[in-house]
Amino acid sequence: MKESVIGLIAGIDIGSRATKVALIDRAGTLRAAHATRTKPPFDDLVNEALAQALASIEAPRSEVSYIITTGFGRSSVAERDNQVTDITAGAYGACVLFPNTRCVIDIGSQSSRAIHVDQTGRVAEFKSNDKCAAGAGGFVERAARYLEIGLTEVGDLALSAKDPVTISSVCAVLAESEIINHVSQGCSVEDILRGIHNSLAERAIALLKRVGIEPEVTLVGGMARQRGMVQALSHMLAMPVNVPENPEIVNALGAALLAKRRLERMAA
Amino acid sequence: MPYAAGVDVGSTQTKCAIIDDQRTIVARALIETGANVTRAAERAFDAALAAAQMERAQVVCVAGTGYGRFKVTFGDLQITEISCHAKGACSVFPGTRTVIDMGGQDAKGIKVQDGEVLDFVMNDKCAAGTGRFLATAAEALSVPLGDLGPLSLQAKNPVRLSTVCTVFVESDIMAYLAQGKKVPDILGGIHAAIAARTVALVRRVGLEPEITFTGGVSRNLGMVRALEEKLGMRLNVCDDSHYMGAIGAAAFALERALAQVA
Repeated sequence: MKESVIGLIAGIDIGSRATKVALIDRAGTLRAAHATRTKPPFDDLVNEALAQALASIEAPRSEVSYIITTGFGRSSVAERDNQVTDITAGAYGACVLFPNTRCVIDIGSQSSRAIHVDQTGRVAEFKSNDKCAAGAGGFVERAARYLEIGLTEVGDLALSAKDPVTISSVCAVLAESEIINHVSQGCSVEDILRGIHNSLAERAIALLKRVGIEPEVTLVGGMARQRGMVQALSHMLAMPVNVPENPEIVNALGAALLAKRRLERMAA
Repeated sequence: MPYAAGVDVGSTQTKCAIIDDQRTIVARALIETGANVTRAAERAFDAALAAAQMERAQVVCVAGTGYGRFKVTFGDLQITEISCHAKGACSVFPGTRTVIDMGGQDAKGIKVQDGEVLDFVMNDKCAAGTGRFLATAAEALSVPLGDLGPLSLQAKNPVRLSTVCTVFVESDIMAYLAQGKKVPDILGGIHAAIAARTVALVRRVGLEPEITFTGGVSRNLGMVRALEEKLGMRLNVCDDSHYMGAIGAAAFALERALAQVA
């Protein structure tokens, strides 16, 4: 017998680079996830991304009973039932996946933020890069293209670094020319990649210090896919770092789970 | 007649200028720098020689400048781009007291007198106000780079940008497009924000007239007008503004050659 999926909740995270959809059922189980490149108009973008996620589980649109948006484009979707900031969503998602989480680091394409949460998963304090993209991961994509390696190889290659370079520029754009200089000086790709991860980890920890470092630390956002990044962070923090299986969808998932909690409270 | 050449290896483009002994520009060439910096320098020099229909031996002295100046392996001397932009600007516009140089990845203000650098400031922490910022904006708006300036001049209600971060501008633009803002208005806002940022930077060395605008961004008429509006004065800009670093380098090379002859 086919399992009923009636009453899906869609969490949609419209990020600066990618838009992520997390579909959960009323039990809070993740049923489908989908990511696509963000581009306006956001209504079309969200419809298409949602359709793709639904298609992967062969569910019709009518089974989506609630849409909650997050991310920088969250207010530009007409069809949403609710919206939540990526800070709240990310913190909640990380705490559901790793209940002992007290600190969340979120490194996306343009975002770099540190969140301190209390024991119930509520945000106690956060710091983010709001005027400048220093510490955000988007430039790694460009750097990978320049170094002629696939984005998925970056994290593992960085693990075999022998003598990581130092990237002194804070600005992601200026860091790129530093990378070019390192290449022209003959540094190995591995050492350059680990240098990038170290510099991003330093920026993230600087933010984290401002909200207070307390274990456990959970890393979310697309950069968490790169093992070199995770290793750099846990090495500098001198503690293990939790990494979700699908780190880039944590904010979308957290938004969907928050919507589920809200619906349950309304019903009660 | 002896000729001298300057090769300006920038982060994005490599420029070459050849001048005669009267400092008249006889040829210039521009290519994308790419990954092989030495080859870029050679190609730019060869292209300028070809444009001037000249043999390499006719050029008695070559100076390298720009961030890749030490990769100009055939060069006789290397000089910083700050000195070269100052020299070039004063050579083309003798009344220059301030140079605003906006290149692919840097923005600089230089205080000069008679071709000598008195003081300078540059963006060492942030890429705001650089060509790269404008290239990112052009890409996000799907507008050819050369159309940015003219389109920005058609702005009726320029948007207000909250940051001038080169990385953030991409999502700022997406958000404005999602709100239905018009492309010229977005560009008008971008040019105004960058002009304000650049003027604030250059103010640290003073803004004494005449002000000469150099570097690749000086080809953008929208940026010229936005800076002029912010400064309340006209800027010196000419067809060679983009080559000012290379022209300055060539002037240094010529001086070296003449000094050796004497």
